[in-house]
Amino acid sequence: MANHTYTVIAESGIHARPASGIVQIASKYVSDIFMEYKEKKVNLKSILGVMSLGIGQGASISIFAEGTDQQEAVEAIESYLKSEGIIEL
Amino acid sequence: MIGNLKGIAASGGVAIGKAFLMIEPDLTITKTTIGSKEAEVTKFYEAVNAAKLELEKIRKRAEIDLGSENAAIFDAHLLVLSDPELLGAVEGKINDKAMNAEAALQETADTFIIMFEQLDNEYMRERAADIRDVTKRVIAKLLNVEIPNLGLIDEEVIIVAEDLAPSDTAQLNRAFAKGFTTNMGGRTSHSAIMARSLEIPAVVGTKSVTATIKPGDLIIVDGDNGEVIINPDADVIERYKAKRSEQEAEKQALLLLKNKQTITQDGIHVEVAANIGTPKDVAGVLENGGEGIGLYRTEFLYMERDSLPTEEEQFQAYKQVLEQMGDKPVVVRTLDIGGDKHLPYLDLPEEMNPFLGFRAIRLCLEEQTIFRTQLRALLRASNFGNLKIMFPMIATLEEFREAKGLLQEEKELLHQEGIFVSEDIEIGIMVEIPSTAVLADQFAQEVDFFSVGTNDLIQYTMAADRMNESVAHLYQPYHPAILRLIKMVIDAAHAHKKWAGMCGEMAGDSIAIPLLLGLGLDEFSMSAPSMLKARKQINQLSQAKMKQLVETALTMQTSEQVKQYVKETLKI
Repeated sequence: MANHTYTVIAESGIHARPASGIVQIASKYVSDIFMEYKEKKVNLKSILGVMSLGIGQGASISIFAEGTDQQEAVEAIESYLKSEGIIEL
Repeated sequence: MIGNLKGIAASGGVAIGKAFLMIEPDLTITKTTIGSKEAEVTKFYEAVNAAKLELEKIRKRAEIDLGSENAAIFDAHLLVLSDPELLGAVEGKINDKAMNAEAALQETADTFIIMFEQLDNEYMRERAADIRDVTKRVIAKLLNVEIPNLGLIDEEVIIVAEDLAPSDTAQLNRAFAKGFTTNMGGRTSHSAIMARSLEIPAVVGTKSVTATIKPGDLIIVDGDNGEVIINPDADVIERYKAKRSEQEAEKQALLLLKNKQTITQDGIHVEVAANIGTPKDVAGVLENGGEGIGLYRTEFLYMERDSLPTEEEQFQAYKQVLEQMGDKPVVVRTLDIGGDKHLPYLDLPEEMNPFLGFRAIRLCLEEQTIFRTQLRALLRASNFGNLKIMFPMIATLEEFREAKGLLQEEKELLHQEGIFVSEDIEIGIMVEIPSTAVLADQFAQEVDFFSVGTNDLIQYTMAADRMNESVAHLYQPYHPAILRLIKMVIDAAHAHKKWAGMCGEMAGDSIAIPLLLGLGLDEFSMSAPSMLKARKQINQLSQAKMKQLVETALTMQTSEQVKQYVKETLKI
């Protein structure tokens, strides 16, 4: 299982637009991909799930995936979040 | 049915076409148990796919009309319709509880809506509205009813609605929406103003079009006489078609004046300009040969949304207008809200007399953050064209000085940030309050220009609320009292080598134009479609002769006498 933890630096957290981006990327992979925040775990292929976390600036989030393409999936999401200025590596 | 309805002639011309009714359908659902679960699941996914197709279409349209930033909201809507959690839950309810699809969807959506509404982030709470919106679209598909959407119209129709909000009229595509008619509204309501700037015939305030007209009825909207004719016979259709062709020919003839200047018989050049509400309106101004924009109402930037527009959003809008107009002057009016115009997110108190209340410059001088943001956006945009700034509802010299002071402060702050702005921005005021007209000679020493706003000036001078039908007869633009006030303004401007314009309804009125020309008005700003007609009229008049005409008019006692006198003298 691929598992990574990040801190959200974007002032507006993860709003509708980045959430859409994450879900669009996650949906391309066959692995099950999850995001965890404050002990709540959601399916990263669900826009409602991602938005329902209400992630703001400073939040610590984990992303983990399980499946044949788990490594690529987590890396793709990570690089998207970085390019959108949402997390810092 | 066959028949006529009478309304208010809001925008001229004749439109003939099939009725498109904008009525919210009944989306009440009942919870039932179903036979084949498999069939119900299929039915559900078919509805989801149909809703997706519709959203794709709306998204594409929004991208063209409003830009990709605004279209992004539909991406989120589309994702909701692909959401495995949502779809899975609905499927589960159909399979496990034998629920019908619409009830299963409603129940699932409600769970999410409640969850979002409980989040402690306002932005997230608003997403509940998105889920509601998307759910409604799928439920309509399941119930086999249509949610009318102006953005989806792809054939020639006439819109029939209770009322049209600014966002609705902004969505109207002139290629398909040939005209509109509503139950509510008056000549100066937003939908009416928009109809005129879009050059779409419109009859508003009919009280009952939505109840009388059925979808697909053939209707004629006569925007000149304020009539709506339902399912007329062939003779009537022919007569109106002839009238429409005649108007079309007249319009073509006027287009020959498009690139000409507006010059009187005795060689006086005046400017014919347009009033606009959004950057989209600039196209109509250029098509109709506008020599400038005499009034850019910035309210639309603030309306029909959930929060204040940012400095950047405003800057982009102003820049777009200025760039498109090139060297031609653009007079931007700062925020004129309050009165009959409200912003849901500002939470202003209800007032007994909103027109005499906390509005326009009064509000801006109090809510300085809002005002300063707009001033900064304007100053930054000034580098891209010929910007003039105008403050609305000025009643006293102090107000003008304070507003001008804030503008100066923001200018200095921008300089400190290394942003330099145009040094030639003229600063003027709208003259709509009699106190300002009376003291015009004092104002003229401090302003760069005046623009007379007749809609309000008339209501304040006559003490008659222009929204109140019982006193509508006191809205008298030709009244000698109004003419004398306008004369004071123009004379004061000229005595101090300043210019005077007019951006109220009166500036485009064929009876008023000769009088205003005689008074020496320098700029006539009106709805874009009226400009060429006004230019043609002014080109045929002599200012010297109109001076004599207005001198006599100023000595008359009633509005009716003035009107008759102008009509008889000029044979109009």
